[in-house]
Amino acid sequence: MQKFIAWIDDRFPLTKLWEEQWGKYVAPKNFNFWYYFGSLAAFVLVMQIVTGIFLAMTYKADATKAFESIEYMMRDVSGGWFIRYMHSTGASAFFIVVYLHMFRGLMYGSYRKPRELLWIIGCLIYLALMAEAFFGYLLPWGQMSYWGAQVIVNLFSTVPYVGEALGTWIRGDYTISDVTLNRFFAFHVAAVPLVILILVAVHLMALHEVGSNNPDGIEIKKQPKDPKTGIYLDGIYSHPYYTIKDLVGVVFFLAIFFVVVFFLPDVGGYFLESNNFIPADPLKTPEHIAPVWYFTPYYAILRAIPSFFASQFWGVLAMGASVLIFCFLPWLDRGAVKSIRYRGRLYKTWLAIFVFCFLLLGYLGTVPVTVWGQFHGGMADVLDTQDRATWVARILTLFYFLFFILMPWYTARDKTKPVPDRVR
Amino acid sequence: MAAEGSVNQGKRRFLLGASIVWGGIGTVAAAVPFAWSFWPSERAKAAGAPVEVDISKLEPGQQITVEWRGKVVWVIKRTPEMLASLPKLDNRVVDPKSEVDHQPKNCKNEDRSIKPEIFVAVGICTHLGCSPTYRPQVAPPDLGPEWLGGFFCPCHQSKFDLAGRVFKGVPAPTNLIVPPYKYLSDTRLRIGEETGAT
Repeated sequence: MQKFIAWIDDRFPLTKLWEEQWGKYVAPKNFNFWYYFGSLAAFVLVMQIVTGIFLAMTYKADATKAFESIEYMMRDVSGGWFIRYMHSTGASAFFIVVYLHMFRGLMYGSYRKPRELLWIIGCLIYLALMAEAFFGYLLPWGQMSYWGAQVIVNLFSTVPYVGEALGTWIRGDYTISDVTLNRFFAFHVAAVPLVILILVAVHLMALHEVGSNNPDGIEIKKQPKDPKTGIYLDGIYSHPYYTIKDLVGVVFFLAIFFVVVFFLPDVGGYFLESNNFIPADPLKTPEHIAPVWYFTPYYAILRAIPSFFASQFWGVLAMGASVLIFCFLPWLDRGAVKSIRYRGRLYKTWLAIFVFCFLLLGYLGTVPVTVWGQFHGGMADVLDTQDRATWVARILTLFYFLFFILMPWYTARDKTKPVPDRVR
Repeated sequence: MAAEGSVNQGKRRFLLGASIVWGGIGTVAAAVPFAWSFWPSERAKAAGAPVEVDISKLEPGQQITVEWRGKVVWVIKRTPEMLASLPKLDNRVVDPKSEVDHQPKNCKNEDRSIKPEIFVAVGICTHLGCSPTYRPQVAPPDLGPEWLGGFFCPCHQSKFDLAGRVFKGVPAPTNLIVPPYKYLSDTRLRIGEETGAT
């Protein structure tokens, strides 16, 4: 075996790659629960690719056959329902894992110098993932697939002057049609997965170059090396220590994952929306159109912005900004420390506000704006007959953005605690 | 061959720059056919041809929908009461005089139609492309006592009156689109083509 490896190593840097990227990669020894989600995201990605390949063997990207081919897959193909539910549950699981992974970054300041680029690559993966989910959602050709795509493509039609043509160009038709379905299929199974895989590889290379952050936000590379082991004092080898730890995470994840796959694959209409069990009908709009849960915070922001100057492009801009603003975090944060453990009250309060806004916007994005009724007269005529939920969403949107915009101010002013030399 | 150290750096930079520019132009040019393939095909364009509608059996207040270019087009026969409600709403709608160019010129009037009783509009909300519901009832419980009949979009709760004019304070920014159409006879419409009224 060793001879064989040596033979390969002379021709391809196999051992070198393994050791640099994982085997001899030194990580801080104090990783906690929040550090499961990076490896879990990679695991879910592999799962989505494998299940996706098998789905593509049965699925037909044709507006007259797509819905039926999925019914067929669910009822007649051996294990078809299992593969499909793994894929559909996997999509939601991917976003849950990625949101927790991003929240970890926010808590421990993982985007701070020297990890700016690592963070930005991560944001790009998130964008690509959103595109992937969007393209994939059209494929079942259900009512929600169709009308969801209609709404999202029309976002591009709001661009001043060129919008109408841009919408037609994206659809390849005057409406969402077979042409659109076919090209979205190509994006979903080939183009975007390739982009995601490449970005993930770049993300990991960047991580293993700069080194992992940790819950204390201490740079272990600034520590002296332990004379006995020859590595940084608070570092341990990823392999076997974190290999084993991550495997435990995968087992726990799979236990929960398969409860969903087997017992509640639609999660009450959140993972698979009820309307999507009806075939797409271009002449009949569903009573209530909402995206799948992972897009709803941004969707709520889109809805909250009223139109100005006869254009609703502002809502689209706000929605775009609410996603892209994450990229600027490394430069917005002026705090003296990285980790929430040593931050003062100001940052903690703002982070809590942000999480609250994100979650409540997420909820509001799933329900009609009439959910809390309308204002009746009262404080000002301005609010009369206006939907309460819309105004709540506007306030939440404001605070969502203030979390970022005021960050240079409150992080610099925050009373931080001294960071120790060694991890706890 | 030039001796060691006597490399002409300026020439190298020029050649490198020229190669990058020329290669870049070629790459962009090669991308054009691919981007062009995204436009609607000839078949899709042919499918977008005008459609004819028979309105002889349309009852007052009734709505029929036809499909044109894959879009919902409504044809509604408005009653005199419905038409009378329109001027009352002038101060509650965003664009009472239809200044935004969302209708053919022969429909830029109070009731946004060629003949007042027949209303033709693309049934797609100008917000994000859902199809609003026809709600001709006056003051239904869910839309409030001020409602004089109109269209209500279930997606984001935009409201339009019976001439497709958008109310103030809703997400949709503009009036519903009136497609080009013409009367072939008193009972026959041709939607998607505009030449001379009646």
